[in-house]
Amino acid sequence: MMDKARIYQKINEILVEEFEVDEKIISPEASLKESLDLDSLDYVDLVVIIESNFGVKLVEADFEGVVTFQDFYNIVEQKMTVKS
Amino acid sequence: MNKRVVITGMGIYSCIGVNLEEVRQSLFEGKSGIVIDRERVAFGFQSPLTGTVPAPDLKKVLNRRQRISMGEESEYAYMATTEALAQAKLEIEDLNKREVGILFGNDSVSKAVIDATDIVREKKDTQLIGSGAIFKSMNSTVTMNLATIFGLSGINMTISAACASGSHALGLGYMFIQQGLQDMIICGGAQEINPYAMASFDGLGVFATDISHPQQASRPFDKRRTGLVPSGGAAAVILESYESAINRGAPIIAEILGYGFSSNGGHISTPNIEGPAKAMRRALEQADIRAADIGYINAHATSTPIGDANEAKAILEVFGDRPYVSSTKSMTGHECWMAGASEIVYSTLMMQHGFIAPNINLEDPDDDIKELNFVSRTIKQEFDIYLSNSFGFGGTNSALVVKKFNDG
Repeated sequence: MMDKARIYQKINEILVEEFEVDEKIISPEASLKESLDLDSLDYVDLVVIIESNFGVKLVEADFEGVVTFQDFYNIVEQKMTVKS
Repeated sequence: MNKRVVITGMGIYSCIGVNLEEVRQSLFEGKSGIVIDRERVAFGFQSPLTGTVPAPDLKKVLNRRQRISMGEESEYAYMATTEALAQAKLEIEDLNKREVGILFGNDSVSKAVIDATDIVREKKDTQLIGSGAIFKSMNSTVTMNLATIFGLSGINMTISAACASGSHALGLGYMFIQQGLQDMIICGGAQEINPYAMASFDGLGVFATDISHPQQASRPFDKRRTGLVPSGGAAAVILESYESAINRGAPIIAEILGYGFSSNGGHISTPNIEGPAKAMRRALEQADIRAADIGYINAHATSTPIGDANEAKAILEVFGDRPYVSSTKSMTGHECWMAGASEIVYSTLMMQHGFIAPNINLEDPDDDIKELNFVSRTIKQEFDIYLSNSFGFGGTNSALVVKKFNDG
């Protein structure tokens, strides 16, 4: 399994690519929703890009406690841990 | 009292050019846009011939949310519409300040549907299709996307009528404005270009097979034809009431005088003579003109023996042998759902610039239709009124009559 730093870096890379945002706005404490300007449809695409890049499937309940990028990194990491 | 309906802007994204000027030049030069697509041979096609257009790069002009809902037909339609709006001197702010409608012809979204289905087959999970797929996978994809992008608040729907879709879209737009229900409508037609969209059509064995000379493969009315050549892209036409155009000082290019329609009520794919003749007569009646007033007929003729012959006979029956006739599909191939709109753009360009584009590859017309006044080489010829035919599977027919603008 990838180490944490690599997971975070890869998530950032695909968010920058997919949501066409400046890398500089991404930080662990920043709001995921506001930074990426997410609407309800965008969460579907978050599920798709995480599955295609990390092989784990996020579900709606996973997003319930997600506010910051760090929260998002954590749920992806947890899913990957469970998978491995 | 019926309102006059005028054209104030046009846009085109086709295999003979991706803007009005390129297309005007191609039409004048009789340039073909037909190529060989090797991918189709590998896919199992009988014919690899097709029209083709470059993929538009919309990354700089539309955001991610807007783009991921658009299949290729919507992208082509966006390109054509932005050109038409610019010619009509309309900014997006103008569209938001007033009620503007949109009516496009489109009758397939094959690639979007198949791409989404392939994902579900592989992943066994619909959530992994992505959020844009549903908006790409409906026939109304073009109008739902463009109405959202341009912030339109008027009539908003797609017309599906096979290869007459684009023509009916303009005809219905004309009726909405004529009746005073709308003042301005973005009308057009769009057509995807990919093997998925045309595989079942190719399976009928009606596509041209002369692959040694791709640019000579589409030959409407010619004895040596071997079938039609599929094509695509998009065309857009801004229709407006005369009052609206005058009030905002818009440039008026032409006026739609009549829209005729009919249904053959016969075979699903074999056309007849009576249906098209009825649509053409109805268009003349609506326009309140005589057959002799028509200077040019842009034929539907797709380069299939029965279709070409029956349309020719219908034209002879209604108009005799006087008006000039050509099928621009000899250059563009059959642009299917888009054709009825693109051929209004082509014919209007000819009318504006005083020439008639040739029915290229017409060397030896069928014996029983020889007396038609075919244009097989470009002629410099002013004309004031033309009629454009579009027919489709299921026997749907549409004929539009358009006149050079004259403020009389």
